[in-house]
Amino acid sequence: MPLARDYAGLLDNRSFGGSLVSRTFYARGQTGQQLLLGAYSALNKQIALSNIHSHVRSEMQSLVLVNGHAKGIITRNLVTGKIDRHAADVIVLATGGYSTVFYLSTNAVNCNVSAAFNAYKNGALFANPCYTQIHPTCIPVAGDFQSKLTLMSESLRNDGRVWVPNKQNDARKPQDIDEQERDYYLERKYPSFGNLSPRDIASRSAKEACDAGKGVGASKLGVYLDFKDAINRYGKNVIENRYGNLFHMYYKITHENPYETPMRIFPAPHYTMGGLWVNYELMSNVPGLFVLGEANFSDHGANRLGASALMQGLADGYFVLPYTISPYLNTIQPGSTSITMKEFDVEEEKVKDKINNLLNIKGKEPAESFHKQLGLLMWNACGMARTKSKLLDALKKIPEIRDEFWHSARIPGTHDTYNPYLERANRIADYLEFAELMCHDALNRSESCGGHFREESQTSEGEALRRDDEFCYVASWEYKGNNQKPLLHKEPLIFENVALTQRSYK
Amino acid sequence: METINVTLKINRECANAVGKMETYPLENIPTEASFLEMLDMLNHSLIKNGKDPVAFDSDCREGICGSCSLVINGIPHGQELGTTVCQLHMRKFNNNDVIFVEPWRATAFPVIKDLVVDRSALDRIMQAGGYISVKTGTTIDANSILIGKNVAERAFDAAACIGCGACVAACKNSSPMLFVGAKIQHLSLLPQGHPERLSRVKNMISQMSIEGFGGCTNTLECESACPKEISATVISFMNREFLLSNF
Repeated sequence: MPLARDYAGLLDNRSFGGSLVSRTFYARGQTGQQLLLGAYSALNKQIALSNIHSHVRSEMQSLVLVNGHAKGIITRNLVTGKIDRHAADVIVLATGGYSTVFYLSTNAVNCNVSAAFNAYKNGALFANPCYTQIHPTCIPVAGDFQSKLTLMSESLRNDGRVWVPNKQNDARKPQDIDEQERDYYLERKYPSFGNLSPRDIASRSAKEACDAGKGVGASKLGVYLDFKDAINRYGKNVIENRYGNLFHMYYKITHENPYETPMRIFPAPHYTMGGLWVNYELMSNVPGLFVLGEANFSDHGANRLGASALMQGLADGYFVLPYTISPYLNTIQPGSTSITMKEFDVEEEKVKDKINNLLNIKGKEPAESFHKQLGLLMWNACGMARTKSKLLDALKKIPEIRDEFWHSARIPGTHDTYNPYLERANRIADYLEFAELMCHDALNRSESCGGHFREESQTSEGEALRRDDEFCYVASWEYKGNNQKPLLHKEPLIFENVALTQRSYK
Repeated sequence: METINVTLKINRECANAVGKMETYPLENIPTEASFLEMLDMLNHSLIKNGKDPVAFDSDCREGICGSCSLVINGIPHGQELGTTVCQLHMRKFNNNDVIFVEPWRATAFPVIKDLVVDRSALDRIMQAGGYISVKTGTTIDANSILIGKNVAERAFDAAACIGCGACVAACKNSSPMLFVGAKIQHLSLLPQGHPERLSRVKNMISQMSIEGFGGCTNTLECESACPKEISATVISFMNREFLLSNF
């Protein structure tokens, strides 16, 4: 992977949100993308060595348990629609997060919670689902046709200054607004971290500014990220070297040139810290089911700092799992599972029923409409700021949307051909159940903590107020059946070597 | 919000059958929408009217995953330079434009449906050598191998390839040499990939032929279609490596 090098040939560093020092290796403005390409390359090596048999365009539908142990999965071939059974000694899920529950997010449009949610319905605990991260530097929504929100790399906050006009509903061009008429609110409120304050704080501050009527752009849901001072200080060339591709991307999407006018940014759902509960060996409470990366709940707590999801992916896959999977394998008889077992029959039947039920709704409204509706509801009730009343309201409305979906959705085509709209409806059906779980968790945690901000729990200065006496635990939820409230299990967080304090970014 | 009307002529095709261009008039398309969002709108109305929606590939929708793969008015990813379809916006079109939409066409990319093709041939080229055999974690610390900034930058320029296959779709000979050249330059310039560079280039080029791709014709259509603006000099780099591998 071609990490950035300095002129001495050493790895170059830069800073990220939530830290004051330059300590992160990077690859232009596409570190994550380059890591992914590196992983793709390494995966291909293992395929060539026959260590991995890859099934592209196949999706896990269901987990199969035999005597309480994870012993297989049911998949659907997305091209032919064929349902396949796979028997195993151990299952490893690395199926990512659930930000697309909000419909609009920075995630790829095919990201989904289905594999993890199915594991939850088969007995795995789902921990801290309300911990979701809203990334502060995304391109604002342009209209209701929008299908996703584009993330501008966090690195931009190294040189960009965030501001809004002092005056409400100021319709002037940013260039016409004098310095003294601008509010560089992050620098004002957090003098030491300034524009590099952590993601939750930067996001919430942008929302506050917009709620106060100071938002910019046509929708008034945006704040400026201004590079004028950096360009004056370092010259356009330096800024172009650092962020050229990002500026280009921004121009393509908005048709505005960030070298001349400030970027407009707004927060968007980006990462989900919650996920399936795992122990230190990365095994869920279902023996034999291991969960890695964003799909599990570990490592990040209630908020995630820049670059640490990549760290988690590497640590989980390279430094933890290879050493923790063997102790489990030692306790079982490998090769004892066969796809002819009745447990596979039962799960395959459930999978086929769900797909048939979807195709048999035969309503009039495309499934995507329900996803949009759910996403907007979740963004307003369980997004950047949450309250008891909004969450209770969402818990009432989600089942209504779900019923509406199961009565009036139209899913085109058949089950045995390439049918991307069936594929998507299948995932939307899961989100329509999963969203309720998120709201239950957000309702239960009546403190503010990291990515979870409850308006009822804030300091007099509007900062998140944690309540460690009551909520210092991992909230793990157990599935209790359709339309039943899930059961909460509390795992206390015990700090032996450090005292639990509130970090100040002032 | 500014809107335009367009007429789409879209390739409708099932696997192993002959395709057919179908006409779809669309009204009031916001110019702020991306090309794929315009297709979303088309499919929304097709589904509402009980018709079969148009299948097309898309995932990240921010120009980095390489899955969107449409030939628009004869040009892979459309007329805007350095852009994937998901980042091509309707403001680049005029009111009442007729727009032809086709899949990547190449023998090595069989059509799955409509605008979706199977690009696993590119994966198999990668499996023939597009990697570094040394295991991560067992190598010495990256800072103990110095890499000149200019070398790292040159490797990076090639590493920007997203593997979309537009180079193949643009080439009259269906050659993926811009893709293969990019991978060769990216991996072979860096010290970790240097030792295997000659076997890598040999194996990847040989797999390229097995998959039914053609060779470079020096027309350089690939370079202008590439959404990441990879320079065709990567092909020269690859050819030089290939030449060396024969001695």
